[in-house]
Amino acid sequence: MTAPLLRELNSLLGPSNVLHKIEDLVLYEYDGSVEKARPDLVVFPHTTEDVSRIARLAAKYNVPIVGRGSGTGLSGGALARGGGIMLVFARMNRILELDIENARAVVQPGVINLDITRAVEHAGLYFAPDPSSQKSCTIGGNVAENAGGPHTLAYGVTVNHVTALELVLPDGEIVRVGSRHGDAPGYDLGGLFVGSEGTLALVTEITVKLTRKAEAVKTLLAIFDTVDDASHTVVEITARGITPAACEMVDGWTLCAIEDYIHAGFPRDSAAILLIEVEGLREAVEAQAAAVEDVCRTHHAREVRIAKDDRERDLLWKGRKNAFGALGRLAPSNYVLDGVIPRSKLPQALQQIQLIGKKYGFSVGNIFHAGDGNLHPIVLYDPRDAKQFENAIAASHEIIRYCVELGGALTGEHGVGMEKNELMSLLFSDADFDLMRRVHDAFNPDSSLNPGKIFPLSKGCGEIRVRKQAGALPAHV
Amino acid sequence: MTATANLAARLESLIGAHRVVAAEAELLEYAIDGMVPGAIVRPASAPEAAEVVRFAIAEKLALIPSGSRSKLELGMPPARYDLALDMTGLHEIAHYDAGDLTLSVDAGIPLRQLAKVLAEKGQFLPLAVPCYETTTVGGTIASAIDSVLRNQYGTTRDFLIGAEFVDGKAALCKSGGRVVKNVTGYDLHKLLVGSMGTLAVITRLNFRTFTLPQASGGHLAAFKDLEGASIYRAAVEKSGLPLAVLETLSPEMLALTPGVQPGNNEGFTANFDADHWWVYASYEGSEAVVPRIARDLQKLAREAAASSDQVLSASSDTHLGGILREAFDWLRWAAPAVALFRIVLPQSKPGNLAGLLSVAQESTLRSALLVRAAGIVYFALLAENDDASALHSLETPAARVFSLANTSHGHAMLLHAPLKLKSRANVWGPKRPDFAMMQRIKDSFDPQHIFAPGRFVGGI
Repeated sequence: MTAPLLRELNSLLGPSNVLHKIEDLVLYEYDGSVEKARPDLVVFPHTTEDVSRIARLAAKYNVPIVGRGSGTGLSGGALARGGGIMLVFARMNRILELDIENARAVVQPGVINLDITRAVEHAGLYFAPDPSSQKSCTIGGNVAENAGGPHTLAYGVTVNHVTALELVLPDGEIVRVGSRHGDAPGYDLGGLFVGSEGTLALVTEITVKLTRKAEAVKTLLAIFDTVDDASHTVVEITARGITPAACEMVDGWTLCAIEDYIHAGFPRDSAAILLIEVEGLREAVEAQAAAVEDVCRTHHAREVRIAKDDRERDLLWKGRKNAFGALGRLAPSNYVLDGVIPRSKLPQALQQIQLIGKKYGFSVGNIFHAGDGNLHPIVLYDPRDAKQFENAIAASHEIIRYCVELGGALTGEHGVGMEKNELMSLLFSDADFDLMRRVHDAFNPDSSLNPGKIFPLSKGCGEIRVRKQAGALPAHV
Repeated sequence: MTATANLAARLESLIGAHRVVAAEAELLEYAIDGMVPGAIVRPASAPEAAEVVRFAIAEKLALIPSGSRSKLELGMPPARYDLALDMTGLHEIAHYDAGDLTLSVDAGIPLRQLAKVLAEKGQFLPLAVPCYETTTVGGTIASAIDSVLRNQYGTTRDFLIGAEFVDGKAALCKSGGRVVKNVTGYDLHKLLVGSMGTLAVITRLNFRTFTLPQASGGHLAAFKDLEGASIYRAAVEKSGLPLAVLETLSPEMLALTPGVQPGNNEGFTANFDADHWWVYASYEGSEAVVPRIARDLQKLAREAAASSDQVLSASSDTHLGGILREAFDWLRWAAPAVALFRIVLPQSKPGNLAGLLSVAQESTLRSALLVRAAGIVYFALLAENDDASALHSLETPAARVFSLANTSHGHAMLLHAPLKLKSRANVWGPKRPDFAMMQRIKDSFDPQHIFAPGRFVGGI
């Protein structure tokens, strides 16, 4: 390819930081979602200035840019729906500064989530948001999606742990928002940019808060003979005002798959388990664990086990966090949904999900953040079977509609991306879209950053440029 | 017909005479920094508020929403002020799912009234803010005034889960929802926190609620100097003890604090000398946790060579906590002319606090200092009269405080100052590098600049 844009990118970054051959590009046409879209070029910046120059080149050639971390996202947020340049932050992966005294870290967006914790755990600190993909996902991706994880029940999601950002706007301008120590006078721009799914700016540096490790922790495994008992347990834990650090549910169908793969010690013959963690001062942990156990027993838990050491605790969490990998052994593909409901509605929601699954001919597994009301039904399907794929999508939409009917929302932590942008009208009015569009256009007026995301294509930014098929760049490029 | 009467008449025909006030005595009650509006409108619903906004857009009128008007002096004097939009007519609890710990309320509901309803279900919102007896939920969010509980519960940003509002096109909009975890669409409600009414008229706010603790306690330690107090405080923070409130008071602050002087009958029995620095901690949790925290604090205080320390009785703790919650309110009237700063500084550098004190010493002004959680410092410069010489004596040290905050990688703003000083010093401090981004936000929400023009950072 001798196109002028490729030549300029090669000269800017060096050929080792630019991919353009089809056999390379296909590796970047998917993420963790069921969607696909191929970029025309993939580039690997090393510095903020690289990102700024790439943005200016993209503007010059009128080509869209999509930022990407490790590509573990689950809503197609890091897919090049409009083709163009995919800007992969993998090589901007340095921890720039650790300020242990003030519990802050300044990092580049390509730093792996868990690596922040590894860098500071010697000082008794860690980075609290812990998505299941934390061994491979980047902090930049976490910021774009406002990622959560099991322990966000007590500690909050990514936005609660970010105090400042450096951004590159579509015209290449470099700006900083927020402040290291927080509470800067003015609008909470960080609060807007975190979770904006790469549609407003490219994030090139992130200042995060570090959290002090709790003095004591207890991990309980509660085993139930019915899903209903498990879900009523969650409702009562919430209603009693017990706030565990994490409260996860796994249903029996999923447990068997995990056991075959991880051997975490989950019972194969149960209908559901709750994995509940309590943290804090020793005295608080004792009292909370006793209260949790009491609620579990009230709702007919067959057994409540407490992990006796770190090894056992790590094994339970390994089982939970690798569940999606385990399911990969059962079918060619799985579709992990992400809906959120008021926690008091959990029992009825789980019943309805099973009915919807049956209607479309699927067994639906459930492994999710029960304490937050953040559901993750999983549909196993074969993407080569067009009808199955169509049914998987239809089942997903019906489940999400039901979440909204219950007073919930479309997504708790995976983002809207290109998975749910057409469902946004379930929650938002034309006036809501109009304001969101004005905010979008204030930073990304030509929709050159991550086009085709968040907004329904019919209502969003009129300028959203989405090609039906990603492919060759415009002729002039 | 005068302009005011004419304005009122047109508003009356729009939403009814009983919702419009133009009597001079009442207009004066809505004055901001000496500026008096032409009319007061009291909508009773969000659509009515939208009607008023639509009218303001058509007539190019500047509109400032308010609640109980307890903190109207925050920010810069408005550039224009035609209509006061009194939001106290919107005061319903729209939705409260105690089992889900979520809540949706009208912006005009008084915080105190809401707290009573939540307490019936054993719950609360961690908004222990000044002017607590009168303030509305909407005013608390729009001003982002500090809650003393932020050490444990974070800021409003951490538990506000959604909002409804009227934007600058008079459209009823919403953001977020009523669930505790949600990434659907842009989090526009986060922009409303601390926006001082410059983006939209907030009509409804959604929160996650919290369970009232079983037990609570308080502890006071006294130190002969700032260094001792700082060493103790650093040890407390490093200990990871979950403290709801953690405040350091300078001896001058202590002298100004109403009703807690050493030796009085409010239960402060230990030997607290008036020239000492005090560190106050309040904590909550189960019956087992509270005495454990008390023991640890006593141990840390002794290790840090506290000259005295005391575990407070429940009544003394409640009393002191309530007074410190109101610090903003009483500090601003603690002398004939007061410049009250809110400063954010790196927590690890107590030298910065000494720098603030030396600013006051060099100016010969009295000063008082209160360190709140998360590196937030309330610093008051006190002038003994309110004439031109007071303005002069405050102006130079005020500029030095802004500069010191800046060079320490922090930032400062003036919560209260004599009007003349506000205009000259700019209460928001120097423009920050992201100011142009804020202008873009303002233009998106309020393209005609009708909402509270001139009151916010950089003249927004």
